[in-house]
Amino acid sequence: MSLSPVEGVALAEIESTGAGPEKKGLVGRSPGQLVWARLRRDRTALVSGIVLAVFILAALAAPLLQRLYGVSPSQQFGDLLDSTGMPLGYVGGVSGDHWFGLEPGLGRDIFIRMIYGIRTSLLIALGAALVTTTIGVVLGIVAGYLGGVVDSVIMWVTDVALAMPFLIFALAVVPTFSLRFYGPRDAVPTWFAVTTLIVVFAAFGWTGTARLVRGQVVSLREREFVEAARASGAGLGHMLFRQLLPNIWAPILVAFSLAVPSYVTGEAALSFLGVGLPESVPSFGRMIYRSIDYLQTDPAYVFFPGVTIFALVLAFNLFGDALRDALDPKSSR
Amino acid sequence: MSTETEPLLRVRGLTKHFPVREGFRAKGAVRAVDGLDFDVRPGETLGLVGESGCGKTTTGRMLVRLLEPTSGSIEFAGRDITHARRGALRPLRQDLQIIFQDPYASLNPRHTVGRIVAMPLQVNGINPPGGIKKRVQELLELVGLNPEHYNRYPHEFSGGQRQRIGIARALALRPKLIVADEPVSALDVSIQAQVINLLRDLQRDLDLAFVFIAHDLAVVRHFCHRVAVMYLGKIVEIGDRDDIYQRPQHPYTRALLSAIPDVTTLGPAGRIRLTGDVPTPLNPPSGCRFRTRCWKAQERCATEEPALVPQDGGNQATACHFPETGTISQGAGPAAVTAEEVSK
Repeated sequence: MSLSPVEGVALAEIESTGAGPEKKGLVGRSPGQLVWARLRRDRTALVSGIVLAVFILAALAAPLLQRLYGVSPSQQFGDLLDSTGMPLGYVGGVSGDHWFGLEPGLGRDIFIRMIYGIRTSLLIALGAALVTTTIGVVLGIVAGYLGGVVDSVIMWVTDVALAMPFLIFALAVVPTFSLRFYGPRDAVPTWFAVTTLIVVFAAFGWTGTARLVRGQVVSLREREFVEAARASGAGLGHMLFRQLLPNIWAPILVAFSLAVPSYVTGEAALSFLGVGLPESVPSFGRMIYRSIDYLQTDPAYVFFPGVTIFALVLAFNLFGDALRDALDPKSSR
Repeated sequence: MSTETEPLLRVRGLTKHFPVREGFRAKGAVRAVDGLDFDVRPGETLGLVGESGCGKTTTGRMLVRLLEPTSGSIEFAGRDITHARRGALRPLRQDLQIIFQDPYASLNPRHTVGRIVAMPLQVNGINPPGGIKKRVQELLELVGLNPEHYNRYPHEFSGGQRQRIGIARALALRPKLIVADEPVSALDVSIQAQVINLLRDLQRDLDLAFVFIAHDLAVVRHFCHRVAVMYLGKIVEIGDRDDIYQRPQHPYTRALLSAIPDVTTLGPAGRIRLTGDVPTPLNPPSGCRFRTRCWKAQERCATEEPALVPQDGGNQATACHFPETGTISQGAGPAAVTAEEVSK
């Protein structure tokens, strides 16, 4: 039997405290430090963490990469396409100048569009995850701690939000929304499309977090340290955010890190269905949507964005799992 | 302890009923605490003993207003605090604190010791001279912990040390009365003695009054000035420690005390064995609540509820129609027996 990562940590701790010299041997470690130590020892977490870091860095440094790469996302290379609009060369026109080839038809560079696509995807996904987690945490913690009527009302609203079909709602609301503020012929600005998407995700996404947090708080509410704070005269804000919240960071973090990839795919799905971002904005969903037409004639166009989005989502999910294991030393894996 | 001093805490007719619902209909109530009367004088320790489920802990939680009493009144230092709101309660919170049973659940695992002990000061907006940190370190020293451990987390401490942290937290506001809800029953016997002695020293130095909830009769005898024996939500007997332990008048108290193991008498000799179970507090027996298990029960016990009255004009009051008289012989050994064992 090999040691599980957790046992490994425990052993390492014993060794370090037992063998080390007295002066630096017994250093108290906060729960956060223990989690960090466990996470660093987990190979899955390490690999997925590095992949994520690369993606995030690429997204942040997109303009810099554009300068180094020397191609802008809207630049068209018509001379590298043949008369039918297919890129010349092999594998969709992969070359030293265009690493992932060119788009058929418009002849735009796929690599730099993907870099910008990661930027849009992560912006929307992180924004939506942040908003939904905040709403979910606040509603869940209030419902769980106060209980009674407040709890019932919040949970009814949650049930209603859960019962709404997200996709149909999104398909109906997003175009209506942009029509309400911009005419049918005006170009919808990017910031507006992005905000609409985040709002739509937020309107539905908070339910899971709210339920999760509520459950955690209900189990914590009767603990004696909560009663001790109440007996000392602590107010509601102190109870919720000083006493309870620090104890439920772990599930919240995990829920957050698992929500991000679902919004990445969600944005791609909505853009694919044509209600997401405008054509001018580089995005994964758009790229895959357009590439489907060329599935047989130019498979490379589907391949590169597809693999990238797959890697991004997988890395996020694996990292979320690893984080959960690190935060909960009692879990068996 | 002189009887003339004004009581610090005066409890009259304290009652807590927990409603039991079936769907939306109310289906009766668990009568957890049913009309308690007692006083606690400054600097005095009142022991509250009884079996599991007799309402000891519910009483303690009502005293510090973690539970809202159904009826009755709690007066603290001459002021009625029975239904005081949070704002009105604030000055009183500082005088009235609680120590919990489970040292593992009573400290927030995500806070450092310094934060835990400083919490009562912070939520009440108190800034002691020299700063909060200095005060916290004084408190840690007071309860026998190393002030250097300020930045450590609860999981780095043993059960006894954690209980000391809980005591330091309760002392932070310089209370006059501390409700100690089984403060040592989760600890090893050797650690129990340390914590009890700490509480005793603190009581002497800070002139604290305690309501000491316990089921360990030996600990209560060691620590308490007066003892109240509870059975099924009521006090059946209350009096000075020596009276209760040497001249118990209520049959239940006798049975409870006879269950203390004694090395000088082997076997079941002299032991009063109660039969049956404690009746349900959903539907307690009429008249005297103990009559279903009492060997002296008569017709009158079923119809007329005995009042808690002093039997011979002394400090000792018993709720029994047919109180016992005379002293009981009992080994003085510090044997630990739990009241829970009586019913087994």
